[in-house]
Amino acid sequence: MAEIKVDCTGETCPIPLVETRKALRKAKAGDIVEVIGNHPSSKKEIPMAVKALGLKIIDIKEKGSVWKIRIRR
Amino acid sequence: MAEKVTIIVHSGDMDKVYSALIIGNGALAMGMEASLFFTFWGLQRLKKGGLEKGPLSKMNMLGLGKWMIKKKMKQAGVASLERLLKDFKELGGKVLACDMTMEIMGIKKEDLRDDLISDYCAVGTYLTEARGSKVTLVI
Repeated sequence: MAEIKVDCTGETCPIPLVETRKALRKAKAGDIVEVIGNHPSSKKEIPMAVKALGLKIIDIKEKGSVWKIRIRR
Repeated sequence: MAEKVTIIVHSGDMDKVYSALIIGNGALAMGMEASLFFTFWGLQRLKKGGLEKGPLSKMNMLGLGKWMIKKKMKQAGVASLERLLKDFKELGGKVLACDMTMEIMGIKKEDLRDDLISDYCAVGTYLTEARGSKVTLVI
């Protein structure tokens, strides 16, 4: 099982969503995709996309304005 | 079958082309299908070297307004239209070119970015896409 990291720090709509989707497409079932960013809306919208794709969020961590979302493919 | 978004890109204005590509990319990122039907002024943006050439829809002020907005967009970290279109294609989005617009505006296939265009078509194709779509927009 691989862990794929995506850094979207400094990116704004719609790039964090798009980069998350790209990473999830490349990941294999069971892999973990970790997305880091600081675009406020993406923190709640990436989980919306994950739900729509039928996948699961492992956890969401936040430190200041930077968030880290881990997704199980 | 996945839910679908179909957007008519009628305007060639920079800000409106942004709207279309942002929604299209968002849809693909959320697991939907997406088709963009480029027609009239929108089709001009698919000409070679034409993607970033559109004016601002309001307060363009001979390009000064566009320049100011572009500067603000760069500061905010907004992606280029080029990157958004590339991402759109990479995530499986369809780019449709209106062949009637090509005829009336004298645009030839070789004038357009053929590598990005999924199909050259007309209203029948648009409606085939649109009738199966959850979301249809005209921009």
